[in-house]
Amino acid sequence: MGKIVLAVLLILMSLSGFALAQESVRIAYIDTLSGGGASVGVARLKAFQFLAEDVNAKGGILGKKLEIVPFDNKTNAQESVIQAQKAIDSGIRFITQGNGSSVAVALTEFVLKHNERNPGQEVLYFNYSSIDPILTNAKCNFWHFAWDANSDVKMEAITNYIKATPAIKKVYLINQDYSYGKSVRAAAREMLAAKRPDITIVGDELHPMLKVTDFSPYVAKIRASGADAVISGNWGQDLALLLKAAGSSGLDVNWYTYYGVATAGIPISLKQVNLDHKVFGVTEGIANVDYAPSREFEKRWRAKYGEDFVLFAPRQVNEIKMFAAAAEKAKSFEPIKIAFALENMEIDVFNGGKGVMRKDDHQFFQPLYVASFGELKASEPFDEEGTGWGNTVAAKIEANDTLTKTSCKMTRPQ
Amino acid sequence: MLELVIISALNGILYGLLLFLMASGLTVVFSMLGVLNFAHAGFYMLGAFFGFQISKWFGFWWALLLAPVVVGLIGAAVERFALRDIHRSGHVAELLFTFGLAYVIEEVVQIIWGKDPVDYRGPSSLDFPAFSIFSTNYPSYKVFMFAISVAIFVALLIVIKRSRIGLVVQASLTHPQMVAHLGHNVGLVFTLVFGVGIGLAALAGVIAGPILQTQSNMAASLIALLFAIVVVGGLGSLAGAFVASLLIGLIQTFAVSLDGSLASLFGPLSPNAPQFLIRNIWTVTIAQVAPIIPYALLILVLILRPMGLFGTRET
Amino acid sequence: MTELLSSAPISRAVHGPRLRFYAVWGGVAVLLVAFPSIFTSASSLTTFSLVGTAIVFSLSYNILLGQTGLLSFGHAVYYGIGAFFAVHSMNLIPQYGLPISLPFVPLIGGVAGLLLAVVTGWISTRRAGTVFSMISLGIAELAVALALILTDFFGGEDGISTNRTKLPAWFGWHFGPQLQVYYLVAFWVFVSALAMYALTRTPLGKICNAVRDNPERVQFVGYDPHVVRYLAFCFAGLFAGIAGALAAISFESANFTDLGWVKSGAVIFSTYIGGTGIFVGPIVGAIFFVYLSLSLSDYTSVWQLYFGLLFILIVKYAPGGIGGTLLMHRLPLRVGRLGVVLKTYAIAAVPTLLLVAGFVLAVETLVHHTVNANEDPQIKAFGVSFDASSPMTWITALMLMLFGYILGRLTWRGVTRAWDEARTIASERGVPS
Repeated sequence: MGKIVLAVLLILMSLSGFALAQESVRIAYIDTLSGGGASVGVARLKAFQFLAEDVNAKGGILGKKLEIVPFDNKTNAQESVIQAQKAIDSGIRFITQGNGSSVAVALTEFVLKHNERNPGQEVLYFNYSSIDPILTNAKCNFWHFAWDANSDVKMEAITNYIKATPAIKKVYLINQDYSYGKSVRAAAREMLAAKRPDITIVGDELHPMLKVTDFSPYVAKIRASGADAVISGNWGQDLALLLKAAGSSGLDVNWYTYYGVATAGIPISLKQVNLDHKVFGVTEGIANVDYAPSREFEKRWRAKYGEDFVLFAPRQVNEIKMFAAAAEKAKSFEPIKIAFALENMEIDVFNGGKGVMRKDDHQFFQPLYVASFGELKASEPFDEEGTGWGNTVAAKIEANDTLTKTSCKMTRPQ
Repeated sequence: MLELVIISALNGILYGLLLFLMASGLTVVFSMLGVLNFAHAGFYMLGAFFGFQISKWFGFWWALLLAPVVVGLIGAAVERFALRDIHRSGHVAELLFTFGLAYVIEEVVQIIWGKDPVDYRGPSSLDFPAFSIFSTNYPSYKVFMFAISVAIFVALLIVIKRSRIGLVVQASLTHPQMVAHLGHNVGLVFTLVFGVGIGLAALAGVIAGPILQTQSNMAASLIALLFAIVVVGGLGSLAGAFVASLLIGLIQTFAVSLDGSLASLFGPLSPNAPQFLIRNIWTVTIAQVAPIIPYALLILVLILRPMGLFGTRET
Repeated sequence: MTELLSSAPISRAVHGPRLRFYAVWGGVAVLLVAFPSIFTSASSLTTFSLVGTAIVFSLSYNILLGQTGLLSFGHAVYYGIGAFFAVHSMNLIPQYGLPISLPFVPLIGGVAGLLLAVVTGWISTRRAGTVFSMISLGIAELAVALALILTDFFGGEDGISTNRTKLPAWFGWHFGPQLQVYYLVAFWVFVSALAMYALTRTPLGKICNAVRDNPERVQFVGYDPHVVRYLAFCFAGLFAGIAGALAAISFESANFTDLGWVKSGAVIFSTYIGGTGIFVGPIVGAIFFVYLSLSLSDYTSVWQLYFGLLFILIVKYAPGGIGGTLLMHRLPLRVGRLGVVLKTYAIAAVPTLLLVAGFVLAVETLVHHTVNANEDPQIKAFGVSFDASSPMTWITALMLMLFGYILGRLTWRGVTRAWDEARTIASERGVPS
């Protein structure tokens, strides 16, 4: 019977038709659509498709429809390269990805090699979420564009906020023990020393990534150090469990994080342990920013997806908007022309204000928000995950105050 | 520092007791049936998710009662209708079957509950701190977990040492063929033992779920650890499994909290010293090394003393 | 006269299998050379490189599993070490100006795998069976943990990357174009497969089979099973290293995941599904597995579930895998009953297809409700669209499954009957199975 099942599977597969290339411009979305991280991957895909529908409703780009074609990379670097090759073979010239920096590094190197070895068949890589600084520094290249503020840029924003908050005197650093966590901690030390030499760093912890199930010993250490603020780049369960442990043990500090806002599961955890406006995150936009167009969009989005936390990220909106604008400016879908059009392009970002794609390293700079999660004011209509609490802007850091130096030296085509 | 040690010790013992709940089923099943059930941790995960779902509908206490029973029945069904036939095809086929089963369980859990951690909470009646150690509150729920685990252990001990079925199980641990020759319905005993073992793992899942993240990748990270415990403790020995579970639970917990490396003790490497690889070893932390310890023990035991620390039987 | 008579049949018996050997392997070589002319797209060539690597890896695994009866859970460690050594060589060779070109790099990977197997093999193979499996598990976990600690060599989470075009040219080839890489991979796949086939025909290969079946007897015959297992282990490590190096060349990178669970699990799946009993089994399994994992994810988001179920079904109902099951049909063929058997398959296939279709429908609808609950219920699975929210879909699924199951049981009785008949005839005639 097993062999019949197998034969059936094979037959079913071969009967299925292939998606034919239509009169549309396609972006390959290569990200996690199965396995562990798929909820985020699938959510981001839906966001892109939602945005594509919006674009098409207004007539498309240069008369063509925008189509997002999903490819499942199973969070694997090699698989991503295979899927990218598949996408390229089916005629797609634009790839977008965001979840996982090892995947991002593999993709950016693949795209560079592919473009070098296949002149005339270049592809572009739009990175919407991978924040490893190496992508716009040591491993930068002309074909890669990053729309999410990278880890150093985020730290620049956080430390600028801290600079303007004299009440913070003792800072504790806690991060995951791998390349990303280490880079967060290094950036924090360097920038704090430069901007607020009066701040003492009373603790600097690197804990094993995704292995700790009980953070109460760490919380005890933080309490013992007398810190009034904690900076952490943690994500996923490392952030959720840490904050939960802190809340249940009654630790009273402010948390400055990268992923404390706009991450699935965090709002529920924070409400559970009653951490009201103690957890801050840095992001390029939140629902409650006082800007009518973004609030409209948010309403439309939530009307479709309801309370199920299917998040979109403002940077995705910015990416699609800029892609369309670059195509219009270059009057073509040739990747090289679009790439040149994107360099130094300025747009109105999703939550209001201007952002620019820096030519030196293809890093997008935009206003960043330090937001905290807690009880809402009357003027804030959006809560998170049905908790009744939501994100509030604590400070807006202008794009110019988020600029970082880059070591990127990219070779440009003629 | 003392606070850290005490908290870690408590957490370590608790973790060890949870591991024992799972490992006990595994070691008894392994000894009796010769089946190394790769899917054992998958049933732990099913227990956690069923516990979550039932507690969402009816409350935590019903979940505590029903989830282990339901999952135990599933386990018994798997044994009766699948494993028993495959048993005849040999150990390799058995291992492969349970390997595939573990995989399928994880996929099914992902389909039904998704890939994110679910909001599984303990009962609100236990939502207060039991006591404080210096400045840290120790949640009552954890005390409750202690109580349950110890109670189960004691109950297991009584059943095995004092009841008739326990005598049969004990005998089957060391002399399964003889027990069959003596006319006991070994088949029924096997199914029962398997089901109970799975039920225990599910119980561990139900109570551990609110504390550890309840997520579809729970099982994958545990199974190798469970194997290490069973082998180190020794086959046919519940006491061995208990000691090994506590040992490994404590090691894992302490190593994670007591961080330190050669670099932190002796300072950074001088730039003149050879850097390649040496600097990795110099800066490696105890926390990074800790996960390896059970496996290093596993290999050592298998080479030097295949019976395990307390085992009475060879594999 | 007797000489004349006696020479003819002997030469036929000798030349027959030899001719077949050259014909088969020669044909494979021709196919490999002709492949790019048939499938010209870059992604078919990349896919082939993937398939080729998987073939070598699965064949190497079968040296352990099929030939010697050793179920290893950590075979990817030797694959991974081959990949890392290959990547580092590709970085060091241009750096130090060594005159080694790319075609020799798989050899470096093979040697790396061999050396690691030599070191870890002696203790791993002391015992067979479950103990061996557990030790392999322990070593696999150790290797992955070490890979994340020794970041200088293993590159941490990002791994190590390289550029294969920087090595000295090989007769003018720099291996930038995918076609050149294809020929390199094809060459090494051919050579490795041939070598592993040869291994099965040597006395060592036969003794491995003996150790798998009856180690005690082997001891009585005078061979130490430990040594035999150890040698098999080393060979398996060698070829796994070659496979890893080939992958490193194709992807120009190596990552700690190459050593880990997912890779080890994949090779177990593909080797077993293909069939551990015949040489061609792992090849079939590798092709099947790679093809499925690449394309199935395009049609359904729960391809892993189907995979796992397929695997379990094969373990329970067709433990010989695809290859073994196909081989089983030699028996009815020999007694001229193959046509009858195939006819019963055709009849039984219909309700089975219905059963599977119903099951897939139910699963996809369930997935839709739990994962994509807010999406448009008009979904497509396997190219067929249906409305996931309508109760008709559920009813259809249930009816299909019920119908399929009941009819299936009836028609499968016909299949068993046909087989019984074939077997009876075979035993009457004294035909071996």
